[in-house]
Amino acid sequence: MKIAFWPGCVSRGGCPELYPAAKKVAAQLGYELDELQERGATCTGAGVLQEKNQFLGDVLNARTFAIAEKINLPDIMTICSTCQGVMSQANKRMKSNPDYLAKVNEQLQEEGLQYKGTANPRHLLWMIVEDIGMDKLKTYVRRPLKGLRLAPFYGCYIVRPSGSLELKLHPEREDSLERVMEALGAEVVDFPGKTRCCGFPILTINERNSVQMVVNHTTDAKDRGADAMVTPCPLCHLNLDGYQPSAMLQANREINLPIIHLPQLLGLAMGFDPQDMGLKRHIISAKKVLTKLQVAA
Amino acid sequence: MEVTLSVRRYNPDDKERPSWWQDYTVDVERTASVLDALIKVREEVDGSLSLRCSCRSAICGSCAMRVNGHAHLACNTKIIEASQDGSKIRVEPMGNAAVVKDLVVDMKMFWDKVRQVSPWLQPAGPEPAGEYTAPNEAMLHLAGVMSCIMCGACVSDCTSLEVDKNFIAPAALAKAYRFVADPRDAQTVERLRMLNEYSGIWDCTRCYECVQACPKGVAPMDRIMAMRDKAMEAGFTKTYGARHTDAFVDSIEHSGWLDELRLPIKTVGMFNLPKLMGFGPVGLRALMRGKMPPIFHTPVPNVKNVRRLFKKVRATQGREQK
Ligand code: SF4
Ligand code: SF4
Ligand code: FES
Repeated sequence: MKIAFWPGCVSRGGCPELYPAAKKVAAQLGYELDELQERGATCTGAGVLQEKNQFLGDVLNARTFAIAEKINLPDIMTICSTCQGVMSQANKRMKSNPDYLAKVNEQLQEEGLQYKGTANPRHLLWMIVEDIGMDKLKTYVRRPLKGLRLAPFYGCYIVRPSGSLELKLHPEREDSLERVMEALGAEVVDFPGKTRCCGFPILTINERNSVQMVVNHTTDAKDRGADAMVTPCPLCHLNLDGYQPSAMLQANREINLPIIHLPQLLGLAMGFDPQDMGLKRHIISAKKVLTKLQVAA
Repeated sequence: MEVTLSVRRYNPDDKERPSWWQDYTVDVERTASVLDALIKVREEVDGSLSLRCSCRSAICGSCAMRVNGHAHLACNTKIIEASQDGSKIRVEPMGNAAVVKDLVVDMKMFWDKVRQVSPWLQPAGPEPAGEYTAPNEAMLHLAGVMSCIMCGACVSDCTSLEVDKNFIAPAALAKAYRFVADPRDAQTVERLRMLNEYSGIWDCTRCYECVQACPKGVAPMDRIMAMRDKAMEAGFTKTYGARHTDAFVDSIEHSGWLDELRLPIKTVGMFNLPKLMGFGPVGLRALMRGKMPPIFHTPVPNVKNVRRLFKKVRATQGREQK
């Protein structure tokens, strides 16, 4: 099935292991990706641009949506909680206010683009629970994740604010990560931090506070017996994985909890080579996970 | 309708247990709120259960507590919503506050933070004969923040406060905005100078917890973001936060996407060597694992369209402001 794809910046930047892993997994699930960045789509603004100029952010996202509409692929797959949240919010503002949408479209005119309001950006995670379903997902499993204890970590923008993410309309989105992990054969380690902030947005502003969030989440999951943590958000990954060494220093204890991108986990369960899933590129080695699954690293 | 509440109990006089969960099952109307159920427990099952409430209609702000892990007004939360499948409802005191007993918390820190932002109008010039007047639109805009009932739900769930007790936190920051954006107030720049310091507007993680928790649509985070913009406009552009925002926006404008290699460098400033060295070990580790953004940052195709769009939007906005 053909689908528009927006990989986000971080999957091609700070987490270069995510982009190829996601593409492999999406192909296996039967998606033929039309990559929007190759058609000139831009960064969503990640909420940072929006704090300065929300209208400009909405115009940029409308432009991406219009590009997807133009190629007749209004369903857009995302692989980043932050992209997802920012796109959902922009879409909500434009779809609920025709005058506002017209104002946005005025800006796009010059490029010959117009956003009609039909785009439906959804994270791969949501597509799996909503379109594929758990029964079908199980048929893709070649390497059940039996015995693996996994803690979910959602990322703020895929759980809040609930209105623009339409969680009332799609209650299955709320525990989507847990259900996917279970369908793949893993055991879920629940912990209260799973929908909290990873700390990444204030990393360059207040490193101590940011790293403390990494400390709290990783130690909590670890102490509850998790072998690894799974996230649909590459920004969370940057902090939880990249700054875990700093977290160990700050907390003065060993943590070493591997942080796995959702597509990597899917790929592992589908039987892909861990090398192809980029599992060697993490700061905190994922070797423990592979050993537990009896896969050669 | 039968409902089971699992309540987090605490009694400072009970030296045996620091705190414990206690289940109560009561029969309530289908339309009952969590508060109705708790009051029923206190009146009919266990008189030792402590909680705080008054208006029972989402006005007084005294019944904020965590229901199923998130802050809500208990009087404003329906049992059927909190327990759609008839499962137990978890009730806990607010987060980020010292518990006095059971569901009652000490609001001292909350009020101290509100006091910290000087929450009163500070106009300049001679006192007018009548009232201090303001344009209608300005007050309509402020009505959104003024509907705050000081319940503390936002503060309970604030992720930044959880790791740093000095953070001014969402309720007081929303209150600060109420005066920063009031055209009659003469202390705007001074207020922004204070809020621009550590523990102020830049320490918010943009996690949306406060927006989600607020029962009155105050959206504290949106107010904090508006103050960041106002602070930068007022000339406070030297903070890491302000530089990060500027560098981020520049990157999108020039290449269509984020240049992650240069973003941290621009944020701390090219010549801020001690801080830059701080990125050293992390950068080095990333490099060794091949976890590194591309050195050559290629712009998106037809990036000139993006640059033109930035210019056009800014020009339109400039015209509108005039
Ligand atoms: S958005 Fe900011 S102020 Fe609001 S809860 Fe999160 S960290 Fe706190
Ligand atoms: S901003 Fe909202 S949640 Fe926070 S104290 Fe005011 S009414 Fe309560
Ligand atoms: S009792 Fe007054 S707000 Fe709930």
